Amino acid sequence: MKLISCDNLSFSYESTQVVKNLSFDVNEGEYLCVVGENGSGKSTLIKGLLGLKSPSRGKIIHLSGLKSNEVGYLPQQTPAQKDFPAGVFEVVLSGRLNSRGWFPFYSKNDKKNAMENIERLGIQSLVHKSYRELSGGQQQRVLLARALCASKKIIILDEPVTGLDPIVTEEMYRLIEELNKKEKITIIMVSHDINASVKYASHILHLNFDQSFYGTTEEYIKSPMGRYFFSEEKSF
Amino acid sequence: MLNEIIEMFSYPFMFRALVGGTLVSLCAALLGVSLVLKRYSMIGDGLSHVGFGALAIATAANIANLTPLEFAMPIVVAAAFLLLRLSENSKIKGDAAIALISTASLAIGIMAATMAKGLQTDINSYLFGSILSMSQSDLWICVVLSVVVLILFIFFYHKIFAVTFDESFARATGTKAGIYNMIIALLTALTIVIGMKMMGSLLISSLIIFPAITSMRIFKRFKTVMISSAIVSVICFFIGLVISYIYSTPTGASIVIVNLGALILFSVVGFILKKAGIHQKVF
Repeated sequence: MKLISCDNLSFSYESTQVVKNLSFDVNEGEYLCVVGENGSGKSTLIKGLLGLKSPSRGKIIHLSGLKSNEVGYLPQQTPAQKDFPAGVFEVVLSGRLNSRGWFPFYSKNDKKNAMENIERLGIQSLVHKSYRELSGGQQQRVLLARALCASKKIIILDEPVTGLDPIVTEEMYRLIEELNKKEKITIIMVSHDINASVKYASHILHLNFDQSFYGTTEEYIKSPMGRYFFSEEKSF
Repeated sequence: MLNEIIEMFSYPFMFRALVGGTLVSLCAALLGVSLVLKRYSMIGDGLSHVGFGALAIATAANIANLTPLEFAMPIVVAAAFLLLRLSENSKIKGDAAIALISTASLAIGIMAATMAKGLQTDINSYLFGSILSMSQSDLWICVVLSVVVLILFIFFYHKIFAVTFDESFARATGTKAGIYNMIIALLTALTIVIGMKMMGSLLISSLIIFPAITSMRIFKRFKTVMISSAIVSVICFFIGLVISYIYSTPTGASIVIVNLGALILFSVVGFILKKAGIHQKVF
């Protein structure tokens, strides 16, 4: 089932086009990695998918009853967040806000759901801790639990392993894979890491300044662009 | 001591200062937590200088039918929206813009006041605060404002938390972050204008910044930081006010000194708790 369909999409900042003529679909249960160099428009595309920036041309269509606020999001951390006085449970629970509408308080159901997602990610031991006392990897898990509270269908992750050490990075990738395989949650992930993308993703969207690639991971590895970037990374 | 305090507040002006000041401290502390965490503390500082400029011009020009406060309010509110936009817009350096606006307002205010009647003690009380400044009508504005702020914080607490903690996530999941930012800027502007005459325009921003920073030394959750800020702010205000009355010191300066004391106390306690390895589940 198609969840998101993008047709001939372009984004621009004050008449400079950053992304042009992009067409791709995201189906239920897929794992799409968006790769590309800095400035190739990855972040802009994510903003578009989240409805924070409207495309200058083309359309993003949400299908299969996916509401635009039903997209879980794991943003990049801001420096201000690192020492923010917030309880872990407070942070996870804030993911339920989109289901609240104008009603100002959380229901029992919201709290139950937050707790379920905390258990799902194995961070029960952190519930009573303060967010700012956690390690980088633990913080990312908390934010992932929050994203799960916001959506059962699809999660968009913006470079979720930035600043994590290799072991924690691997754990994070495993966790995301598990959510995708076991819980059938659709994943869209922005990544710098082409090796990991090829390893875990079912589809690759490679943004480049003049031409972009979209297809399955197998197609990507065989394509000239994939061969070029993938082999280049491997040789390191 | 107790008799002295009771006697002190039997004066109508002291009673007004007590009630109005307590309410302003409460509002400033609640708004302050959000402003400090969003790295917007300088907006509060900038606004107080704009407020000084506006008040000085209003007093000097003696505009008919408008009290200086009524004249200053819309100007400071407009400045709040401007500063908020400047801070959100990464193209213009927000901190430099705020410094420009605040020094310019200060200069214009001083010029206006001096040209009108020469530099007088009036200016001194504008800059550093006066215990006599809370009028009956100011008091009513204080009451209305604090009711609005309290309702906002009770009903939109979770949204304010979400917008403060992570604006991009809040926006992505459909919370209108821009509206909450504007409401917070608007209420901050009003709090500053009202509190300014008592605290002095150079010192009013301390009411916003000190309690939040102080509370964060010990408390580690948003809710506890909020509650602690409100309590610390009100207590410091009360002690400062009493000191100001007994020793005839400028009200604003006295309150800031007490706040500084609280900050040091909390820092020491926080340090000891950390060293002692006490797990702060409750905090």
